[in-house]
Amino acid sequence: MRETRLSYKHQQWFWGYLFIFPAMLGFFLFMLYPMLSGILMSFTKWGGFGSQEWIGTANYVKMFNDKHFIIAVWNTIYYTLGILTMGVPLALILAVFLNQKFIKGRNFFRAIYYLPVISMMVAVSMLWKWLLSTNHGLVNYFIEIIGFPPINWLLDPRWAMPGLILMSIWKGTGFNMVIFLAGLQGIPQVYYEVADIDGANWWHKFRHVTLPLLSPATFFIIITTMIHSFQIFQQAYIMTEGGPQESTTTIVYYVYKNAFEWFHMGYACAQAVLLLIILILATYLQKELQKKWVFYE
Amino acid sequence: MNKILIFCKRKGLTWVIISYILIIAGAIGMLMPFLWMVSTSLKDINQVFIIPPKWIPEPCHWENYKRVFELINFGRYYWNTILVTTGRMAGMFIACTLAAYAFARLKFPGRDILFFLLLSSLMLPFEVLMVPVFMLMKNLHWINTYQVLIIPHALGAFGGAFSVFLLKQFFLTIPKELEEAAIIDGASPFRIFWSVMLPLVKPALAAMAIFTFGSAWNDFTYPLIVTNTDNMKVLALGIAGFKGFREGLTQWPLMMAASAMSILPIVIVFILAQKYFIEGVKTTGLKG
Repeated sequence: MRETRLSYKHQQWFWGYLFIFPAMLGFFLFMLYPMLSGILMSFTKWGGFGSQEWIGTANYVKMFNDKHFIIAVWNTIYYTLGILTMGVPLALILAVFLNQKFIKGRNFFRAIYYLPVISMMVAVSMLWKWLLSTNHGLVNYFIEIIGFPPINWLLDPRWAMPGLILMSIWKGTGFNMVIFLAGLQGIPQVYYEVADIDGANWWHKFRHVTLPLLSPATFFIIITTMIHSFQIFQQAYIMTEGGPQESTTTIVYYVYKNAFEWFHMGYACAQAVLLLIILILATYLQKELQKKWVFYE
Repeated sequence: MNKILIFCKRKGLTWVIISYILIIAGAIGMLMPFLWMVSTSLKDINQVFIIPPKWIPEPCHWENYKRVFELINFGRYYWNTILVTTGRMAGMFIACTLAAYAFARLKFPGRDILFFLLLSSLMLPFEVLMVPVFMLMKNLHWINTYQVLIIPHALGAFGGAFSVFLLKQFFLTIPKELEEAAIIDGASPFRIFWSVMLPLVKPALAAMAIFTFGSAWNDFTYPLIVTNTDNMKVLALGIAGFKGFREGLTQWPLMMAASAMSILPIVIVFILAQKYFIEGVKTTGLKG
């Protein structure tokens, strides 16, 4: 008996390593190795061909003096803030309204709100390029109906980024709403009943029952939305090509241009490394902050 | 209906009406762009610019859908996308379920540190790795091949860690007794995995399959970096490259027809498997 147990233990070693081998191979070869080589490349000057020249931290110094890069960082922050301040509250409001007991066909509505989430980003970017077209776009048509002058959405440096934000909110709200909805459904009804007995109005209930008990979901949504928004690329690539006047050139788009249009491989790597650092810092910061405002039952 | 009436009395009819208006308005806002896409795809270029816009074009130009195939290599893009999606799904099914099972149920030295490493790759989006991944593929002479589009993802790179994590959570919930009974019967870990554990996590597998399908079908940035010939284009690249300028005008009907055709398969899958989509999001959202 003892022997079989021992052999099962060693069997486990063998099968364990065998089982994780494919996934670990994928991870080491296609993620960890590129990450490390990317960090190394960020200290070199390299046009993609010929020999690499070690230039120390010059790429990083250059980055902080590069007006275009700073604009790209700002554009990315602007986009992220737009999504966080408008998209996330919208998803919360929709979820709260949809979660009310008297609403019929909840799953039907949820499915409709989720439709943009599953759609191909490139295809819906094309679609929104058409919707936001200045002279014949559907969005401007409605804006004129309610009595405002048409907006030169994707051709005006002031409006191009709001256009991208509008489109991305349409695309992403369903995802956040589903998570909020699941969070809301996890709140025990008894809290609301107690609040009712205490004579709380809807705002008190929302503020002191719903929001705190929903905070784990909110935390998750803020983190994922932030990480996601910092990587915005496809919408800008398709809808505006980074323009007009760099107003929609985001970090990833600038990395892409540096690497694959201008062949500044080393410089592009340095920017990518900075983006990674920003992502890790943002996640870490939120994890620390959550102790202050996330409430776990 | 009775339930609604009771709520009307308690909350006030106005509130119920406001709630419905808001939800329906939101739903219309979500749907309208899609309807406009279909509507535009059935017009000819002159009908497109009519104001006020007509939702149902007269006559309907169904031939726009055929013209997309004539103007660009759309059939080839479609085929490439099907091939890449199938390949990635098959590979990921093997790589991720095996790894998840091992991390959840088998004991071996270094298990936790390896899992932590794999999990931390969730923080590493492809966008950050664009340049070094391109260089790697170039050195492997894999640019413009099917293996470059399939193999890394099939091995769980660029997002597979998510599935491993999800499945591991599911494997952990299975009671130990089931396993122990099989061990006493002398079953090997592979047998236990295959005949005892795998059937028990079917809902998680369904969720994983759907996510993989979606992310593979819609993938754009990765193929953009590692392919550059027309023959190797997937749908997302095909649409992005379809400028559709003719006679000095952007051919919106053709662009919309192409977009509609590339969204259609995933919409069908979504309608058929809606439950798994939503369940998957819920589990990962709240347990993650």
